[in-house]
Amino acid sequence: MTDTPILDVRSLAVELGGRLALNGVDLTVRTGELVGLIGPNGAGKTTLLRTVLGLLTPHSGVVHLQGQPADRARGTVGYVPQRHEFAWDFPLSVEKAVLTGRTHTIGWLRRPHATDREAVHDALERVAMTDLRHRPIGELSGGQRQRVLVARALALRPRLLLLDEPFTGLDVPTQELLTALFRQLRREDKALLMTTHDLPAAADMAGRLCLLNQTVIADGPPDTLRDPAVWLRAFGVTRSDQLLTSLGVTR
Amino acid sequence: MSAVLDFLTAPWEHLFMRRAFAVAVMCGIVSGVIGAHVVLRGMAFIGDAVSHSVFPGVAVAFVLHFNLVLGGAVAGLLTALAVAVFSQNRRLKEDSVIGVFFAAAFGLGIVILSTAPGYSGSLESFLFGQILGISDSDVVTVAVMGLLLLLVAGAVHKELVTVSLDRETARAAGLPVFALDIVLYALVTVTVVISLQAVGNILVLALLITPAACARLLTDRIGAMMVLAPAIGAGAATVGLYLSYAYNLAAGGLIVLVVTAVFILCWLLAPRHGLLATRRRRRDPDGAAARRRASEPRPTVDGMPTETTTAP
Repeated sequence: MTDTPILDVRSLAVELGGRLALNGVDLTVRTGELVGLIGPNGAGKTTLLRTVLGLLTPHSGVVHLQGQPADRARGTVGYVPQRHEFAWDFPLSVEKAVLTGRTHTIGWLRRPHATDREAVHDALERVAMTDLRHRPIGELSGGQRQRVLVARALALRPRLLLLDEPFTGLDVPTQELLTALFRQLRREDKALLMTTHDLPAAADMAGRLCLLNQTVIADGPPDTLRDPAVWLRAFGVTRSDQLLTSLGVTR
Repeated sequence: MSAVLDFLTAPWEHLFMRRAFAVAVMCGIVSGVIGAHVVLRGMAFIGDAVSHSVFPGVAVAFVLHFNLVLGGAVAGLLTALAVAVFSQNRRLKEDSVIGVFFAAAFGLGIVILSTAPGYSGSLESFLFGQILGISDSDVVTVAVMGLLLLLVAGAVHKELVTVSLDRETARAAGLPVFALDIVLYALVTVTVVISLQAVGNILVLALLITPAACARLLTDRIGAMMVLAPAIGAGAATVGLYLSYAYNLAAGGLIVLVVTAVFILCWLLAPRHGLLATRRRRRDPDGAAARRRASEPRPTVDGMPTETTTAP
């Protein structure tokens, strides 16, 4: 059982608007792993996440979640979308917004149970939003909003968490809070797959980096990815001093 | 004093006014609840579309001499369904699809009508409302349909909220987003059709959108909104009818004008420095949170859905 990866993507191809956004993608994520998904804009990072979530149908290849086909494991994955995907002007409190992460587990015609409230309470505590739980979501700062989205995903108590650029536009304290939280989640044997543009932070925090550009260019622990050529190929450029310096792979 | 009492009781002496009050208040309540979902999803435009798209159904029903309301409901539902199906394509925003179909429906209605040379009164009353000519069976129909609408809206409330909040994540969680869209469109359509008699095809949008918009200005809690919007709708309908009786003016138009006046009042008084906002903060049961909120520098305006500083 421990050998079964939480996420197993095999030779996945996904078509978007008539062209292959992903082709021949292999990726596994195991318990306790935080994998950073890195690549330029349009590399297919979000497409990969959306396919894992069952929002896109693969052209070919398979996605398994804990040994099950992805469409049968629907609703078990915690998803943290980019912040602009969420209707922040909705008249809801932080607590109620986080509770919507459990709507499908509560079930039709049912009210939230004690377990649901407990899960919301725990999730809010983990992102340090307990004090703000009654605040309308429209009055939150960017960092607080990101924490609400993470809490909503955690309220599901998922084993796999998919995060779409969770660190974009956050101040340092919020970044630190989330980094510590992700470390803790890894210790609890959760698996995390996150897309990011913050390369140094990803290299610092992720156990493994996956360089994606339509297909997987490289996949391994950050310190094994020291070859500048790999990074240049992932980002589709022939030379970028800025990119390599920011990664610390030149010298 | 007796003049005031007279003003308040006089309309109730007439059966047609009692029916009018019953239908107007029920429509106000139902439109308020359904309208809250419409306003929160930012799809006021679809209310407009539905109210126009029932038109070809009404035209067909008129030409073929069967129930206008039934014809309108069928046409409205078909258009709503077309909109729901066609907006599943992510390339097209919903409002574009609505624009296509609501114009098409209205065009169809006009073409059908042009085949009937002798239309006048019945259609006019349909377009502008006929609240003073309501029958007992109409009252029963509105009551039954209204109750049904409220039950369905209550039953799928948390799912509708979850989808409105974040469509993609709701879909990823396995919620039937498409079916819920259809349910919401159907709720809007039936609400529009049963409200036609009260304010007419053209003004029905006001009953759907304005009370919910008022409620949104007044509260940051969806539960409160679901109470305020129907209360405002029903209140405005009642006041509008009184004014209509007292001054012998068009009922549908007055109801809309009253609810619009309420909206302007809410708009003026609701934001942070408004009277109501101050009072609400004092009444806030979570006093500590309110005090903390008040003492903190905040980038947003209380009660107003503003964009905050670090939006991406």
